[in-house]
Amino acid sequence: MLAKRLIVCLDVRAGKVTKGVKFVDNRDLGDPVEMGAEYFRQGVDELVFYDITASAEGRGIDLEMVRRVAREVFIPFSVGGGIRHLQDMRDVLLAGAEKVSVNSLAVRRPEIISQGAKAFGNQCIVLGMDALRVGESEETPSGYEVVVKGGRERTGIDAVAWACRAEELGAGEICLNSIDADGTKTGYELEITRKVCRAVGIPVIASGGAGAPGHLVAVLAPDVGADAALVASLVHIDGWTVGSLKAEMAEAGVPVRI
Amino acid sequence: MTVLVDYKAGNLASVSLALSRLGVEHRVSGDPAVVRDADRIVFPGVGAAGSAMETLRATGLGEALTESVKKGTPLLGICIGCQILLDRSEEDGGVACLGIVPGNVRRFRFDALPDPLPGSGPRPNPGPRPKVPHMGWNTVDFLRSHPLLQGVPSGTHFYFVHSYYPVPSEPSAALGRTDYAGTGFAAILESGNAVATQFHTEKSGEAGLRILANFARWRP
Repeated sequence: MLAKRLIVCLDVRAGKVTKGVKFVDNRDLGDPVEMGAEYFRQGVDELVFYDITASAEGRGIDLEMVRRVAREVFIPFSVGGGIRHLQDMRDVLLAGAEKVSVNSLAVRRPEIISQGAKAFGNQCIVLGMDALRVGESEETPSGYEVVVKGGRERTGIDAVAWACRAEELGAGEICLNSIDADGTKTGYELEITRKVCRAVGIPVIASGGAGAPGHLVAVLAPDVGADAALVASLVHIDGWTVGSLKAEMAEAGVPVRI
Repeated sequence: MTVLVDYKAGNLASVSLALSRLGVEHRVSGDPAVVRDADRIVFPGVGAAGSAMETLRATGLGEALTESVKKGTPLLGICIGCQILLDRSEEDGGVACLGIVPGNVRRFRFDALPDPLPGSGPRPNPGPRPKVPHMGWNTVDFLRSHPLLQGVPSGTHFYFVHSYYPVPSEPSAALGRTDYAGTGFAAILESGNAVATQFHTEKSGEAGLRILANFARWRP
């Protein structure tokens, strides 16, 4: 049976893994390669590395870090945060990443999704999106709006419509982060996750808000429908291991890879 | 020397890194002469069968691979490198492949739901259709023992990304079986000195590395 995936996210800032609430107040947690290798040993299903300052500093992704990860970690991992064009995607994939993630860039230039999918295959292209609860309106019938720049800038685009558009353009997967839930540890935003899961036919990774194993169980349950759950502080700070989280998930009936 | 076949079908980095991690000396090459001289061949691939076969034909690599297998060189196909070993793939409107393992490659189809039984009332909401590609960690049940699988328990999860799956003509060519949303398929193939995995051995954690290591030691 196809397992639900547990994905650990590592936000990298100036070469160090960092964790902040709602993209502010960051603190250093360790070396991304060492931490990635440790989660690999613990049995994580996938890793995501975001170079969170690459865009702001107008530079490409730290490829040396990607190469070092690929030498240590033999599961799929994706890289995002500083993708500027097709060549950046190529560089990241050739450095050993399985997937690349685009977020703000795809909002500015949606064609990057189709170009990437055509050049490297749909399965390589992850659309990262940040959704903000704004209430239903003509512009945002789902009640959620796409925001960029870590939630600081609104786009006027409906979150569910954007997810569908990304699928049409060839995205292989959607990583849906709730800005409202991010950092709160009160659980994933089930409503927007359910809406996106029902609207698209590609896998959806739920992100933002995990504070306990029950939150993962809830978002991966059939009535919500996420294929994977992304965690960060649960394992970076709160003392959970990948194994202990998966044991709780399995206990609750979630099909996981142990 | 083990040769990792470079036919411009996707990314060789992860397979090469996995072999290095296991201490398997290898050479990455797209030269048919090098493939012919190889002691052992790893044949990976990501992408589409059509363009892969085009390249294999144009470069003479296809012929070199077929000859090497015929003379007994151990070969491991991975993902597209697994599918291309069969006779024919449905991908890209139908593609003739290498024909090293008899059989075909089919696409996952979940559009045709069975009709409800007469008198059983309206069809219950079938829910969302299974997603294609089949992507993620799925279990593989081993159908018999084989040196390739040594030290790996049946039912282990491996990492898959694919929209097409191999259907060998001889059921005995399937060494491992996986079920995706009701479609069972051969996830590991064996035909003499050629073996192949539909999953990404190089991205399947410790179990995948173990299979690569087993292949590197295998004397068929």
